[in-house]
Amino acid sequence: MTAAPSAVTIVGASLAGLNAAEALRREGFDGPVTLIGAEDHPPYDRPPLSKQVLAGDWEPDRAALTDAEELAADGIEARLGVRAAALDLAARELTLDGGETVAFDSLVIATGARCRTLAGTEELAGVHVLRSLDDCLALRADLEAAPQRVVVVGAGFIGAEVAATARGRGLEVTLVEALPTPLGRVLGDEMGRVCAEVHRDHGVDLRTGVGVDAVEGGDRVQRVRLSDGSSVDADVVVVGIGVICNTEWLEGSGLSIDDGVVCDATCLAAEGVVAAGDVARWPNELFGETMRVEHWDNAAQQGAHAARRLLDPAVGPFTPVPWFWSDQYDRKIQLAGRVRPDDEVRVVAGSVEERRFAAIYGRAGRITGVLGFNRPRHVMRYRAMIEQRASFQEALAANF
Amino acid sequence: MRIVVDFDLCESNAVCMQIAPDLFEVRDDDFLYILNETPGEADRSRVQECVQRCPKQAISIADD
Repeated sequence: MTAAPSAVTIVGASLAGLNAAEALRREGFDGPVTLIGAEDHPPYDRPPLSKQVLAGDWEPDRAALTDAEELAADGIEARLGVRAAALDLAARELTLDGGETVAFDSLVIATGARCRTLAGTEELAGVHVLRSLDDCLALRADLEAAPQRVVVVGAGFIGAEVAATARGRGLEVTLVEALPTPLGRVLGDEMGRVCAEVHRDHGVDLRTGVGVDAVEGGDRVQRVRLSDGSSVDADVVVVGIGVICNTEWLEGSGLSIDDGVVCDATCLAAEGVVAAGDVARWPNELFGETMRVEHWDNAAQQGAHAARRLLDPAVGPFTPVPWFWSDQYDRKIQLAGRVRPDDEVRVVAGSVEERRFAAIYGRAGRITGVLGFNRPRHVMRYRAMIEQRASFQEALAANF
Repeated sequence: MRIVVDFDLCESNAVCMQIAPDLFEVRDDDFLYILNETPGEADRSRVQECVQRCPKQAISIADD
């Protein structure tokens, strides 16, 4: 199986899978490419689902990344609404839901992740997660029904964006976060507090350091009971408490699974099998750290890298500086790098008070990350320094 | 080769600026400026990378 692939099957038809397919064609691969996706929709972009589409500013078709005609023109066979159920590496065979088996030559695994839910809320109308286009449209319909109060559980980036979009619709929002500071475990407490203040500036009732004891209602949600003994009436609840990798179908396949598909530094999981996007765990040699990254940019870049790796074993390690953006209210928050909450943090441009600043993170003498609030130029400059393994001193001395 | 940016789509994420700082610049007003709309053929692969990596698919190449 060190020969060039004769055909490539891609499981997962979102950003990573689509980028893999497009990269194969861009690199001149002219064998069959099959894209298998669990959802009925052709590949679409997820970032607008918590922003423009949820706000009602965009109709869903504006989030489309491609359509049936474009896929056909690229010679990509799309099998949508079909879920992979099992993988047999030795037989080079996939089993689909419903029992059909499909032989493959080379394989891209890009099955992503799904939202964690709150146990016991599955049957309760008005309780949502937000990951897919269908999730978005269901939540949007509930927000359009002019609810009295929206409760968002989890003040991570998805929860924060949903809170911002709901406030933009003029709705009353309570944002509940179990940590004492939102994003404290990602950005550290100091920058987490800035995120908290941005929500409060915009009239969000932010409750931190409290968990959810129960979500109550009849057929439909009525209130959320919190761990501090209080309760909040709610017509709509949105749960944003992280994701679970979609790897169950790979159990027993022989692939190594450990909170994701374990790959080598080049994204190879087995002979002729690569993984990309939210589901892939790989050692990023730039940081000397094994990681799994749930960002848009990573899905796009890793999908393309994994495809190139299938075509050419000489393609080297995948060593990106992870980067993402989150639009909340009128702020564009961007984070690049690999920061830890106990890294040293310095504001290097603007000020926290004006909510327009860049802060850099450092550890062991090296710049590890940059956080920007409406500072895209600074984020990209410091991101380049992270890529060059610059020292924290050099980064502090830089003047952008 | 002419660089075309759809400014209705552009969100000033500045990814293009990191790839090709001589062609794209996001300035302090948070807007993207194209520094050279008609770069030479030698720059094509970098511009193509900008097209591919733009999170908003706001960049395209016109060959007119």
